[in-house]
Amino acid sequence: MKRAAKHAIFYSVLIATWVVLAKLKIWPPYVFPAPQGVLDSLKAGFADHSFWIAISVSMRRMAIGYSLSVVLGMVLGLGVASNKFLEETMGGLLVSLQSLPSICWLPLAVLWFGLTEKAILFVVVMGSLLSVTIAMEAGRQQMPKIYGMAGRNLGARGFRLFWYVLLPASLPYIVSGLKQGWAFAWRSLISGEMIFVSLGLGQLLMMGRDLNDMSQVIAVMILIVAIGYIVDGLVFKTIERRLQHKWGLSPAT
Amino acid sequence: MTPNPAVHASYAGDYRSPVRDSFSRWKAGAGPAVLPVRQPETNDVPKVALQGISLSYKTNDGTRLLALDNINLKVNPGEFLCIVGPSGCGKSTLLHLIAGLHPATSGKVLVDDKPVDGPGTDRILIFQELGLFPWLTVGENVEFGMKMKGMSRAERREKTEYYLRLVHLAQFKDSYTHQLSGGMRQRVALARALASEPDVLLMDEPFAALDAQTRDLLHDELERIWAETGRTIIFVTHNVREAVRLGDRVALFTFRPGRIKREFLIDLPRPRHLEDVTVAKSAREILDDLREEINKSLEAEYEQKEVRP
Repeated sequence: MKRAAKHAIFYSVLIATWVVLAKLKIWPPYVFPAPQGVLDSLKAGFADHSFWIAISVSMRRMAIGYSLSVVLGMVLGLGVASNKFLEETMGGLLVSLQSLPSICWLPLAVLWFGLTEKAILFVVVMGSLLSVTIAMEAGRQQMPKIYGMAGRNLGARGFRLFWYVLLPASLPYIVSGLKQGWAFAWRSLISGEMIFVSLGLGQLLMMGRDLNDMSQVIAVMILIVAIGYIVDGLVFKTIERRLQHKWGLSPAT
Repeated sequence: MTPNPAVHASYAGDYRSPVRDSFSRWKAGAGPAVLPVRQPETNDVPKVALQGISLSYKTNDGTRLLALDNINLKVNPGEFLCIVGPSGCGKSTLLHLIAGLHPATSGKVLVDDKPVDGPGTDRILIFQELGLFPWLTVGENVEFGMKMKGMSRAERREKTEYYLRLVHLAQFKDSYTHQLSGGMRQRVALARALASEPDVLLMDEPFAALDAQTRDLLHDELERIWAETGRTIIFVTHNVREAVRLGDRVALFTFRPGRIKREFLIDLPRPRHLEDVTVAKSAREILDDLREEINKSLEAEYEQKEVRP
């Protein structure tokens, strides 16, 4: 309850400052809109369904792109972790590639795929693939060897060994990587969508800029933050809580 | 010291338990078995036979270390064999070899006269660290081996219930393993291993980390379960008393390279107890032999410390 009170105080002060600054009319409203304008933009956006469409289009891309990079990343990470040669060579390359902002892949994607859905998905996958791969590789190495041995001992082989033993055993070690991968994918998606008429949230941002509608820009930004927050709370926090419950890990403070 | 008639320095006969499949007997409505009546049978095919097993591996400084040297051992069906030796004698490694988790450098492991070439559910190893799966409930852990065998869900449920009841953990079916005490986790591991219905149960110092009371209790339970299920057990321990309390036979290993120094037949009536005078007496004799090996292992440790200060 105390936490809620702190939050209430913090956000009221923040919004009050914003109202006062807007009221002072130091900048024109198309540069610095009032909270009321942003709220109106939000309402209008949801009323004419343009926000709903953008959210559904963006979330669909996230679902496809992120799933792809999780599957690919796990295969790649496992491959690198279980092969000494790959580990010593490709391991370093993966880490250095991770320093490359994912938007750098966009020119390449546009040349390969044109201004298409595929180009955006490519950027999303490249944004999160490396995080997932590196997390999987590290998870596979940190995971106690005993689980793999116990699994083989009890008759698990090949894919079943991976699916029923190695994957669940490494989950506590890779969940933070999966979370990071999601955050990177989300960023890459929004940047990718800004490039052309793509119907997603990124394009709504650019549309706000084109129309000099700062209220819409801020409204969409709030939307992007809110969705990121909700997914983190609903999906990743739930996974973490379940892991803590099952494994008896102390909850992260 | 007067010689103890219960301890023979050489292995005299073959033994076989008349009890086979406890689960089907239980389903047929029969009660638990009494401790097995042992009838010596000669010319029987041994359950497990080790023929000239050696294992060496490269250490970090590049030299080859001989861990196991020409191990020859026969274990009869239904026999409870204990292996004792100082730590570092390769007795745990030997269990890994029998389980097929690790290849031997030379020699053969035969189970029912067939060579072993990889893990198989006819031999289940209970690891020292247990290796219970923390992401599964107690029941799911016990079910795991049966699931891998492709057994139907209904059959799995029924057997899980039976084996959990056998180790007195039926009411903890839906708990996670971290919620259990050390002794209870031991029993889950035992139930999980038994549920795969292996012919041979390999146990690697399973009770080393437990307090004395829990260990006593588990000794009784293991003896009872062994009697009820009729499995062949190879049990590794560094505790001689424990070996004498549980085993039909005790094989004493030398320190590095691991060799079988002597075998002792433990011809004491069951059920036994750790505090029995006869157990203590038998243990004493083996201990005299073991002490020599322990001293060697201590010397080796001191030498290492001198080399690497």
